[in-house]
Amino acid sequence: MNKRLVFVSALVLIVLSPFVPRLAVAATKPYVFGLLLVGPYNDKGYSQAHYEGGRYVEKTVPGTKMIYIDKVNPSDRPGVTIVQLVDDMVEKGARLVIANSDDMKDGIREAARKHPNIHFVHVSGDDVLTGKAPSNLVNIFGRMEYGKMMAGFAAALTTKTGKIGYLGPLINEETRRLASAAYLGARYAWEKVIKRNPNDLTFQVTWIGFWFNIPGVTADPSQVAKNFYDSGFDVVISGIDTTEAVMVAKQKVNEGKKVWAIPYDYVGACEGGSSVCLGVPYFNWGPGYASLVKKSMSGHWKPEWIWLGPDWKDINNPATSTVGFMVGDALSQEARKALKDFIAGLASGKVQLFKGPLNFQDGRVFLKKGEVATDRQIWYLPMLLQGMKGASSQAK
Amino acid sequence: MRTVFARMGRPLEMGLKTALAGVAEIAASVLVVVAFTTLVLLVAGAPPLDTFAVLVKGSLGSWSKLSHVIKVWIPLTLASCGLLFTFKAGLWNIGVEGQVMMGAVATTLAMRMGGPSPLAGMVTALALVAGMAGGALWALCAGFLKTKAGVHEIFAGLGLNFVSQGLVLWLIFGPWKQPGIASMSGTETFDERLWIPSIEALNLSPAALGMAVAAVIVTAYLLSSTRLGLYLRAVGGNEKAAVLFGLKPHAVMTAAMLCAGGLAGLAGAFQVSGVYHRLIPAISSGYGYLALLVVLLAYYNVWAAPVVAFFFACLNTGAIQLPMLLSLDSSLSGVIQGSMVIAALAVHSVSTRSRRSRG
Repeated sequence: MNKRLVFVSALVLIVLSPFVPRLAVAATKPYVFGLLLVGPYNDKGYSQAHYEGGRYVEKTVPGTKMIYIDKVNPSDRPGVTIVQLVDDMVEKGARLVIANSDDMKDGIREAARKHPNIHFVHVSGDDVLTGKAPSNLVNIFGRMEYGKMMAGFAAALTTKTGKIGYLGPLINEETRRLASAAYLGARYAWEKVIKRNPNDLTFQVTWIGFWFNIPGVTADPSQVAKNFYDSGFDVVISGIDTTEAVMVAKQKVNEGKKVWAIPYDYVGACEGGSSVCLGVPYFNWGPGYASLVKKSMSGHWKPEWIWLGPDWKDINNPATSTVGFMVGDALSQEARKALKDFIAGLASGKVQLFKGPLNFQDGRVFLKKGEVATDRQIWYLPMLLQGMKGASSQAK
Repeated sequence: MRTVFARMGRPLEMGLKTALAGVAEIAASVLVVVAFTTLVLLVAGAPPLDTFAVLVKGSLGSWSKLSHVIKVWIPLTLASCGLLFTFKAGLWNIGVEGQVMMGAVATTLAMRMGGPSPLAGMVTALALVAGMAGGALWALCAGFLKTKAGVHEIFAGLGLNFVSQGLVLWLIFGPWKQPGIASMSGTETFDERLWIPSIEALNLSPAALGMAVAAVIVTAYLLSSTRLGLYLRAVGGNEKAAVLFGLKPHAVMTAAMLCAGGLAGLAGAFQVSGVYHRLIPAISSGYGYLALLVVLLAYYNVWAAPVVAFFFACLNTGAIQLPMLLSLDSSLSGVIQGSMVIAALAVHSVSTRSRRSRG
């Protein structure tokens, strides 16, 4: 008889035996929804915003219960697939599953086809627009380009060197759209508010390759931020899921430099960085999620592509506004006043930034004079805009 | 199967004393492993009983979970089988990780070239063969560095692992990037017709499962009943003595590397065609390194390796429940795996030494 085989089987049996009778899964009564987070639930950024959104649903929609799993990406969880996690959530009683990342697009579509009786939400995706989505899958996103315009606006009013760095994640339609919106906000402030020549404004986008740092795979966002500050950029706008820009800015301020940062995604992202934080454009997923969960519970589910904007009456109203901008302590009083007017202009439609004449980076015309971009033109922005520096990874 | 067992070369007439010593060793190993793991869990602030329970339920608690265990087991077993060849020849093929990656790269290349034609099944089959070739070629590099340039296979393998990871990243971010997108999240997903066919209701690919089982049987046969196996053991046992018997150790080592690389490459091919359906940066899922632990814990035994691999696959799959149910980090499963291997090796080395001193 084979000794090793006996040894290993014995080991397995002994370790497993006491638990076999406990394999029954408890029945769940509440309406369970699952949340797949690409990053840590407490990243002070993109994933935490979704996590809080889920908690908001639990609080405001009676009879709901959230289950979640974070760090859902192949680097943090090798060998784990979206379909596998969805299978598990469905076994745990989930009736609706939310996938929060662009990265989960194919996985969640596959899972939705596999579980036609479960409702699925893919955040930031466009499967409904492209017709690839099965009928149980909806897309939702926030009109973050407004938040980014405010970020760019605050940055341009603050910079002393006229050099703004944009810490970009990976390149796709969404990130081109958001980086360009930040640029448009910055250029508006530069040209219309402080009356400077737009050619004197440097707006550099540097991409790290993913939504957050994966050591050895992406560029290190802390290093990218450092490089910005060391080469004369004094404001860094973050487009990534995590808060490295704020951390690095704090270090630089401690070293005696005058620099600022604008994080992204989460309302509390400025916490601990009040000396450098100009503010944060953030997502407030609670109301959007609550509405989808209610639709699912009441049988009013339908395939939709949802793009929720700020509540212009009060962009920081947690019950109504999907996109907000929380002003940071480091933003000057003057700039705050100008920002308030700017927001009012956006709200009334008097300020239209995706409006021609606008050219692409390579000089081709994006919008003719007076032409206002449609939602689709903004959503599917194929290239960065003229005046911005950095790679576009243009679609063929 | 019985004949294969009998040919394993181990005398079945084990003395009573030896048998008792064996049982004692197993008992001691299990005890040490359980005690050590419990200690690790306590240090990590995890309730040990609940943690074990969650791991079991999370891996064997339902068919869908078991099917995911099998999805992990397949590449892990393939890579482990490959490593048996190199270990028998006395080689530390650390480069197995890179060989898995290069198998994945070659498979991706073949699928991109083939595309979703009416002959998609053919393309998939050829892509798997390409994966084996990719892994084997990469292993050959380490083999040549060892035999021609005198670079120890551990260093050669580690170096090549870095190179292959770099290559994967460059391909994903460069030539194979998705149109209009530059992202480290991976290449475009392949057309469904190119995926390894699986039975949807069971979430299981009989073809892939068959490949892994066949790999175990073929490995066992080659190692126990062919000249190759004999040569490998001769070179692994004593390289200089092997020369006296007219063997060419370098040729034998190269053959071992080719077999290892081929099977590791097949593991990578499965990761691409059966799990992720595209090339991603972490395409190997660390299964190469994990397979090293499998083979160590299986003590180089070809029949024990798939059992240990299954056990590790259970740990990996069950670990995803730790954050969901106990708010524990799922990397704990890696700590458990590591401590098991260390504990088992420690017990084995102690018992071997005491037996030697008694003898």
